[in-house]
Amino acid sequence: MNLENIAAKMRHTLCDVSSQTKTPHLGSCLSCVDILATLYWRVLNIDPSMPNASDRDYFLLGKGHAASALYTALAYRGFFDIPALYEHGQTGSQFEEHPGINAPSGVETVSGSLGHALSLASGMALSTKLQQKENRFYVLMGDGELNEGTVWEAAMFAAGKKLDNLVAIVDFNKLQGTGESCDIMHLEPLEEKWRAFGWYTIRIDGHDLDSLQNAFEQAKQRSQPVCIVADTIKGKGVSFMENDNNWHYRIPKADEVDMAKKELGL
Amino acid sequence: MRNAFARVLTELAKDDQRLLLFYADIGNRLFNPLKEFASDRTINAGIAEANMASMAAGSAMMGHKPFIYTITPFTTARNFEQIKIDIAYQNQPVIIVGTGSGLSYANLGPTHHSFEDIALMRSLPNMNIVCPADAQELEILMPQLIELNQPCYFRIGKKNEPSVHDAEPALKFGKAHTMVAGEKVAILATGTIMPLAQALHSHLTALGLNPELVSFHTVKPLDTVYLNQSTERFDHLITLEEHNVNGGFGSAVLEYLSEQAQQPRVHRFGIPDRFIDQVHSPEDARVKARLTVADIAQTLAKRGVL
Repeated sequence: MNLENIAAKMRHTLCDVSSQTKTPHLGSCLSCVDILATLYWRVLNIDPSMPNASDRDYFLLGKGHAASALYTALAYRGFFDIPALYEHGQTGSQFEEHPGINAPSGVETVSGSLGHALSLASGMALSTKLQQKENRFYVLMGDGELNEGTVWEAAMFAAGKKLDNLVAIVDFNKLQGTGESCDIMHLEPLEEKWRAFGWYTIRIDGHDLDSLQNAFEQAKQRSQPVCIVADTIKGKGVSFMENDNNWHYRIPKADEVDMAKKELGL
Repeated sequence: MRNAFARVLTELAKDDQRLLLFYADIGNRLFNPLKEFASDRTINAGIAEANMASMAAGSAMMGHKPFIYTITPFTTARNFEQIKIDIAYQNQPVIIVGTGSGLSYANLGPTHHSFEDIALMRSLPNMNIVCPADAQELEILMPQLIELNQPCYFRIGKKNEPSVHDAEPALKFGKAHTMVAGEKVAILATGTIMPLAQALHSHLTALGLNPELVSFHTVKPLDTVYLNQSTERFDHLITLEEHNVNGGFGSAVLEYLSEQAQQPRVHRFGIPDRFIDQVHSPEDARVKARLTVADIAQTLAKRGVL
């Protein structure tokens, strides 16, 4: 199965899980599917049969409200069975709406409060360098998340320490909870901002799997932390959800899931 | 006490490669001896305390045992949400060191005072709280906190705190330390306010009482064994802390005892529920906060304790 097809199936599963479990943040999940697919199938040094291997790469989800996208990527990658995703948000479930300490195998840290992941990963990356280990750390943040000051505290620290085992990816879908990201805070020129903070910065189409893979390969060659600014579309893959911020919270009905499935070519 | 912290950390870090210090751009020269042999483990995290707390949690996840160190309000209140989620909820063995606690930096004003830190840390599950009274208590308790391997808040003073013990005390994390045994009335003090507790003890003794004096260095977990037996032994418990009288050590004692079948009366002394400003020194500030032997004795007399 090719990666485009895996991504399409993940998108359908996300719509169906949201619909059946009545859990929100579908637009935020759909915008980062291609980033997650590239990471989990082409970039990360991980083995689903040994999720705690000491030499693994670490993926940290900054935008914890896209937990369902992470769970879905992990399920399709073989960390656990796909039907388990339908426990999302239910009482007693490992699949909490924001990943908690009981999250399933493959989820590295708690998430849900924005602006924590890059700081956590900076500490992890620093410790790993002190221990002379080779693990690499990947952090996915939303553009709304960049409103948080701690992101920029971590950005300055990581650049100062030349943490070349750290990669930040911004899922730049231009929409945050209640409006347009570039209006609510002054975000652009975003790649120049990261560059000014001392990061090697690459800006790409965040839905182009080859561009994504190429950017991650470039990142491995640098001697400083790398930020990949990925231009994305909120709700990507389902025409009536794309760029419609209502889908930050809206739950699809069964017929809308069927329409989405058709549009995804499944 | 901060010198003792740096000295003890330097000693322990020689043999324990897991120990790591993050500090928020304070302690000029304080950590030079540590840097001499562990410069890569002596990390100036910049004036970015929230990031520092999360980074320390990340380091702990990778097997280090980090300390984070700066002036108390900035390492407890400013970064509280990072402590809550990344250290407490994820249960990482980070030791949060607040230096210059309470009124130590009285002259620097409310920005540098910390009367709310114990209350904040008490409200976090998984968090332990230890407030040494002097450098000697710090030195004895600090290795125990490392051994504990759990989230911990270590509330320390600034410098030149008087020694409160004549001989080396046998302190144990989580156990109240009785300095002077007594009856009917007990003074329970936590942290650097101990010299005032000792002065109060002398005052009450001079008035003919035989009060007990206790260093309650561990505020969480509270030594409930001590408090349980106190219900039989004492009519009055006097708690002392350089912290808001609400929400801190005294409140912890009161809350626990209120749920017991019988209890001594608890008299809490600390900073009244207001900001303290326009002061020149910690002594000056304690007068303004009515944290003096005379003020406390007056209150106790009004309540019929004396």
